[in-house]
Amino acid sequence: MADAKSEAVPAAGRLARLGAWIDERFPMTSLWKEHVSEYYAPKNFNFWYYFGSIALFVLALQIVTGIFLTMSYKPSATEAFGSVEYIMRDVEWGWLIRYMHSTGASAFFIVVYLHMFRALLYGSHRKPRELLWIFGVLIYLALMAEAFFGYLLPWGNMSYWGAQVIVSLFGTFPLIGDSLIEWIRGDYFISDITLNRFFALHVVALPLVLIFLVVAHILALHEVGSNNPDGIEIKKTKGADGHPLDGIPFHPYYTVKDLYGLSVFLVLFAAVIFFAPEMGGLFLEPPNFEPANPLLTPPHIAPVWYFTPYYAILRAVPAFLNTQVWGVLALFAAVLLLFFVPWLDRSPAKSIRYRGPIYKVALLVFSINFIVLGYCGMKPAVQPFKGISVVGTLIYFAFFLLMPWYSRIDRTKPEPSRVTS
Amino acid sequence: MKALRAFLVLLAAMPAMAIASEEGYPLQEANADVANLGSLQRGARNFVNYCMGCHSAKYMRFSQLATDLALTEDDVQANLMFVGGRIYDTMDTAMPAEKARQWFGNAPPDLSLIVRSRGADYVYTFLRSFYVDPARPTGVNNAVLPGTAMPHVLAALQGLQRPRFEDKAGPDGKMFPHLVGLEPGVPGEMPAATYDSFVRDTVAFLEYVAEPAKAKRLSLGVWVILFLLMFMAFCWFLYKEYWKDVK
Repeated sequence: MADAKSEAVPAAGRLARLGAWIDERFPMTSLWKEHVSEYYAPKNFNFWYYFGSIALFVLALQIVTGIFLTMSYKPSATEAFGSVEYIMRDVEWGWLIRYMHSTGASAFFIVVYLHMFRALLYGSHRKPRELLWIFGVLIYLALMAEAFFGYLLPWGNMSYWGAQVIVSLFGTFPLIGDSLIEWIRGDYFISDITLNRFFALHVVALPLVLIFLVVAHILALHEVGSNNPDGIEIKKTKGADGHPLDGIPFHPYYTVKDLYGLSVFLVLFAAVIFFAPEMGGLFLEPPNFEPANPLLTPPHIAPVWYFTPYYAILRAVPAFLNTQVWGVLALFAAVLLLFFVPWLDRSPAKSIRYRGPIYKVALLVFSINFIVLGYCGMKPAVQPFKGISVVGTLIYFAFFLLMPWYSRIDRTKPEPSRVTS
Repeated sequence: MKALRAFLVLLAAMPAMAIASEEGYPLQEANADVANLGSLQRGARNFVNYCMGCHSAKYMRFSQLATDLALTEDDVQANLMFVGGRIYDTMDTAMPAEKARQWFGNAPPDLSLIVRSRGADYVYTFLRSFYVDPARPTGVNNAVLPGTAMPHVLAALQGLQRPRFEDKAGPDGKMFPHLVGLEPGVPGEMPAATYDSFVRDTVAFLEYVAEPAKAKRLSLGVWVILFLLMFMAFCWFLYKEYWKDVK
């Protein structure tokens, strides 16, 4: 009789009992509620709000495809290039996994750049989200390091000479320069030793750092709540149930909406993987189909497209006092300035919707300028690209350094108290 | 403001300047068709007969080639593998690299990825652009790669072309002879059009060798995109259904 009774318990009931058993030992349900089903997000998210979840997806994709690549890749100067071709030809579906990973790297930067642009558009970096923004900038820095280390691994000629150029930047520092690059390379030139350590950093160290930072980024986001296209705090107007009147639970509303955004991204992503994995030489550069050759430089060395705006800044600054360190300092300053944006921005309004014309023009000019700098960074350091890079560098720095003044004197409109649709 | 205006003017002029900055001998379009099996098979024949004496395609396996080019293993063994070996061997050259360096000054490069690193048009134009140059040890020079160590292996087929020079002013204002074109000299076994299609087949084969998975990638891609478009439509309706109650 007792046996018959226990068999009669429906499956759902058994699952609930398992859930309760876990909840007594691990905060499963409360975590799910806090971060997903009862995380209230503003209901007026638009197109620009898709890129956070897409970036998370690309990170997962890079990790999974990376694990499979590691199974057949050989981090050795004599075997690396051949092992990549082995993956492309002899490993079942190896070409697909490799193209997903190489396209994923560029996609990651596109998505992250759009995500950062969204923050500048709607003031997502402003109080109380300064730390959220700082975690984001740290993710961007870690991503740049991750991409740089990964780019050496195919051991093509552009991998080799690109790494050579970037590593030698550190040699411009006075006194410690030469020892510093030797320490980075672990050798007197880019060699097997360098390849091995870059491999370790690319597949273990930086992925760990990235995952840790992404968790911190999301925890900070859920602590302060999401910003929205109106740049106002939905937590200020709560209903009788204690939830923001303009908020909706992340699940199911934003899980289904982000799923749609992800599906659109996947169509574009697959189009590149299957029909243009080289992207006209931008994602996979032609000289990188020749093995690394320390005796033969490619006709024109340029970093991959996502680094070229900063490369243009580096080359725009002239050498003086017998050193080229100024360009390198400008390069670092250009990236590090991002950390200070929450405090440089003094506008009374957060969102571009309520800001005045000065910020609108400034952000537009900055964005176009960033693309122009990227274009100049791909070109040889000759006129007119040199001249344009100098002007572009000045615009880049002016956008940030003059922000405390132009953002304050701008004619803003009053912010609404509730979100607009 | 002045700087900004100058900047915008430069911005508008950039595409034209990018074109102006291109230089070197103009490349001719290969128009190679990797989907044409006949062309690929002829190209494979050309490659093993005329190229593989010196150049390898060391990442390419004969077995893969047999599958992709619709040839039987016996076909491949009989017609493409002159020195024996097993069907899953890679396309290596019999010439030792050390000897090659002694004979030519440098070892002939592996051609597995030549089309991906230089482009089909480059290889096509290179093979059509040898010309007589008594100053060179091989007796020939190449308009695309001046000073190449490679002899004109296909001279018997193409014949020998003569260069046409015109005097042009250099950057320092001095006049110097500038290669402007090639014209027929000693005729070969093949008329020009036959030679061009011979080269085109060879380039098509090399384009296939550079990325054997390409045909599969393109055909599979269509289905993947169609599937994802359906998935996208499904997601759209799911999203709209859930969001009905959000006001």
